[in-house]
Amino acid sequence: MLTFIGLGLYDEKDITLKGLEAIKDADLVFAEFYTSALAGSTLETMEQLYGKKIVVLSREDVERADQILTRAKDQNVVLLSGGDSMIATTHVDLRLRAIDQGIHTRVIHGPSICSAVCGLTGLQNYRFGKSATVTFPYKEQISEAPYDTIKANKEHNLHTLLFMDITEKYMTINQAIELLLRVERSREEGVIKGIAVGIARAGSENPMVKADYVDRLQKYDFGPSLHIMVFPGRLHFLEAEALIKLAGAPLEIRSEVL
Amino acid sequence: MTRRKKMVERVKKLMNKPEKIRDIGIVAHIDHGKTTLTDSLLAGAGIISQELAGTQLFMDYYELEQQRGITINAANVSMVHEFEGEEYLINLIDTPGHIDFGGDVTRAMRAVDGAIVVVDAVEGVMPQTETVLRQALRENVKPVLFINKVDRLINELKVDKKEMQLRLSKIIDDVNELIKGMSKEKYEQGWKVDASDGSVAFGSALYKWAISVPSMKQSGIGFNEVYDYCQKDDVKSLAEKCPLHQILLDMVIPHLPNPLEAQKDRISVIWYGDRKSIVGEAMEKCDPNGPIALMVTDIMMDPHAGEVATGRLFSGVLRRGQELRVSGMPATSRVQQVGIFIGPDRLEVEEAPAGNIVAITGIKDVIVGSTISSIEMTPFESIKYVSEPVVTVAVEAEHTKDLPKLIEVLRQLSKEDPTLKVEIDEETGEHLISGMGELHLEIVAYRIEHDHKIPITTSPPIVVYRETVQGRAGPVEGKSPNRHNRFYITVEPLPKEVIQLIKSGAVSMRVKELERRQLLMDAGMDKEEAKNLAGIYGSNVLLDMTKGIQYLRETMELILEGFEDVMRNGPLAKEPCQGIKVKLVDVKLHEDAVHRGPAQVIPAIRHAIHASILMANPAILEPILDVYIHVPADQMGSASREIQGRRGQILDVHSEGDLVIIRGKAPVAELFGFAGDIRSATEGRALWSTEYAGFEVLPSNLQVDIIRQIRQRKGLKLEMPKPSDYVDL
Ligand SMILES: Nc1nc2c(ncn2[C@@H]2O[C@H](COP(=O)(O)OP(=O)(O)O)[C@@H](O)[C@H]2O)c(=O)[nH]1
Repeated sequence: MLTFIGLGLYDEKDITLKGLEAIKDADLVFAEFYTSALAGSTLETMEQLYGKKIVVLSREDVERADQILTRAKDQNVVLLSGGDSMIATTHVDLRLRAIDQGIHTRVIHGPSICSAVCGLTGLQNYRFGKSATVTFPYKEQISEAPYDTIKANKEHNLHTLLFMDITEKYMTINQAIELLLRVERSREEGVIKGIAVGIARAGSENPMVKADYVDRLQKYDFGPSLHIMVFPGRLHFLEAEALIKLAGAPLEIRSEVL
Repeated sequence: MTRRKKMVERVKKLMNKPEKIRDIGIVAHIDHGKTTLTDSLLAGAGIISQELAGTQLFMDYYELEQQRGITINAANVSMVHEFEGEEYLINLIDTPGHIDFGGDVTRAMRAVDGAIVVVDAVEGVMPQTETVLRQALRENVKPVLFINKVDRLINELKVDKKEMQLRLSKIIDDVNELIKGMSKEKYEQGWKVDASDGSVAFGSALYKWAISVPSMKQSGIGFNEVYDYCQKDDVKSLAEKCPLHQILLDMVIPHLPNPLEAQKDRISVIWYGDRKSIVGEAMEKCDPNGPIALMVTDIMMDPHAGEVATGRLFSGVLRRGQELRVSGMPATSRVQQVGIFIGPDRLEVEEAPAGNIVAITGIKDVIVGSTISSIEMTPFESIKYVSEPVVTVAVEAEHTKDLPKLIEVLRQLSKEDPTLKVEIDEETGEHLISGMGELHLEIVAYRIEHDHKIPITTSPPIVVYRETVQGRAGPVEGKSPNRHNRFYITVEPLPKEVIQLIKSGAVSMRVKELERRQLLMDAGMDKEEAKNLAGIYGSNVLLDMTKGIQYLRETMELILEGFEDVMRNGPLAKEPCQGIKVKLVDVKLHEDAVHRGPAQVIPAIRHAIHASILMANPAILEPILDVYIHVPADQMGSASREIQGRRGQILDVHSEGDLVIIRGKAPVAELFGFAGDIRSATEGRALWSTEYAGFEVLPSNLQVDIIRQIRQRKGLKLEMPKPSDYVDL
């Protein structure tokens, strides 16, 4: 059996009780931290809590899948990921391959950043459009996909959730804005302007949530990772109130509501 | 004023008077004394000491050349000579003697107007005498004759006076026979060499004396006297009474043309542009007021000045700060220094006018053979696609402290020699140098050790192969590792005409799109395909046949990278690919950029192309060389066998006089050691050269063996690769 377990937002305590039990029952515990990471925890504290050794897999290991699948044929295998296993990951492929091999699969959900942003900012989950990741440029080439996504969403008055790339480094909100502004400078379509929201360390004791005009937000120090952003479409009046009270947004956004 | 300063002043004055300039070369069969003559001339002109000349072989930069008795690189020197009360500037370009370096010889010949042909009095006219003379005449370079080593006739062969005269006139006759045979017209126009008019001199380059009919009249030293001095072993007096440099340069000045006369006749022969154009007319007049037209014969790295380009200026005046263009290059660059030669040294000058051999720095992207000009002009040599390197050796510094220096030297060498390819591997320190043949790389290795003083170890030479397809395959599906992206690829052979266009440089990604499309269509490519050219690598193309796929544009860079990867390292044996048309026919991408990054796209493309090639009847190609051998008729059999025994083929045999010229071809792999073998097979009487003849499919019975051999050498697994190694089938 192969169980995908979401670890939640920030530290080892964000897992659900169901998830924790599944780990305790498992023969083998795999984990991957390339799609997300538990910034507030370490492998040791997790192992202590679970009472189990964790085998950390690289992206290549997970994608090749052979290790996981051969074990899951006759053993109780769990794969841990940050957040919720199937959100902003490609693990569905692994699940399908397991099913093709006759392996029983299930998902135990963890709290996801996708819902946490609504909780932290007061923005309504109904009003989000497509999301996108701001990636580190490859050989100078900046992906314009996030820009296009924000643009398309704004045209429909929808919010855009922007994930930050994880490589050896974690992308910061400041870097992401810089990249988006670079695209803006070359395309000049007026997409990267107005209010944006930066969120750091969601799920921790002291998450940082700040809404401000993009140019001001870029200079803001959000502290340690992980970071995430929202580029809102036009705001519902309650969303505006929430951003003012929860995220310190400038008062004048009240005049721009739907 | 020091002697040198005086010399500088004289040269500077003379370079502005084209009628007082002679641009000449010395040509000879190997060992007939070209190097010794050059040194003695320089010594006579006060540029290197008399004692040193003869022991210090001046123009042979490299001991290797001395060991082999061949001169490889053109170098330039100049001398001032007084003749009938007037001073003259003589620019001497060293022409390489070995015909393996054929391109260099032709180029050097284009830069000079006249040549001293040196013939050994004992050996007489030899095959290479004929070759170099032919090259000279073809480029409209006028010859004079110097019969060298006359001392040997007297002291070693001990011929009597009469016999000596007979032998010398026989040589003159032989040379004239050759000139007449090559160009009756020129022969009759006065290009015949003639002792009585002073266009022939006799002497000894080693002992630094010479005589000619005009000199006999002046000095009173004729053949009788020479004979007696030599017998008495008193060459010293002889060298004082009739110094070599005096007599030879006295021969050069009236018999070889100055740039004004020469360019009038020669431009139409050495340049294929429109003679009625501005540049054409200026060059014919050697006009200092014309546009700059410079032909580059040599590139050297100077530790201070950087890259120094030397060549013949046919028109205009070179000055610092001029913006000049290099044939075939888009951008112009600015002249930093202008120099001329004083003896072997370069001297910076304010300006240098047409007719001179000049050296300039600051010009980017210049290679040997480039044409440098101030306005757009037809180049002297079309930038032919440089032959592809066919042999590789690995070089490694013996001492770790030399590591950085070796890298620097390798980069420098590849600049100086456009046929040399260098792959630096800073990690392992094992660098690969690839070139035109075994000998070529031996010379490079030698230079590294002896000129740059870096002890190195080199691997045995390795043949460079190519991989190609002989059939079609696909669409083959390549999945990204996360399996959320899919790429569909087909491959097929690229038509010969298109390969040609790419190799010639006519079609590249730098050519404007519309122009490129037209050229490809003219070569028979389908219009849709020509329109969708996405990349070229080596002689392979990537065509993007997809339509309207979102985010493909920002993924293309990664797709190209995967494509280039495979074209560099084919699936059979990680050898470069050649002549493959890769088509991207469909793509399915993940929505989010983070899941379709380099780690996903590059391997997916690589796998799809690898598998497609393996399914399209792939084959290894091997490099072939054309081999030209000149041998006396009685050695023809042994020479032909040397080709046939090497999986070779004789393509043509014809005779010129008592010489047989064999044209054949053979694979590079079989030609290792050819130099030694042909020498012993023909008692050293064969003169040979090779020329790059492209790649051909390796015979099918050798394919598997060779693939396995390369795989083993590269540490790849020995089983033949299968498509299923790369994709799910
Ligand atoms: N006896 C004699 N030997 C000479 C003379 N000129 C050159 N040599 C010798 O002939 C050999 C070849 O001369 P070199 O100048 O290297 O010939 P290259 O191959 O044409 O450059 C050398 O050993 C020279 O010393 C000469 O005038 N007399």
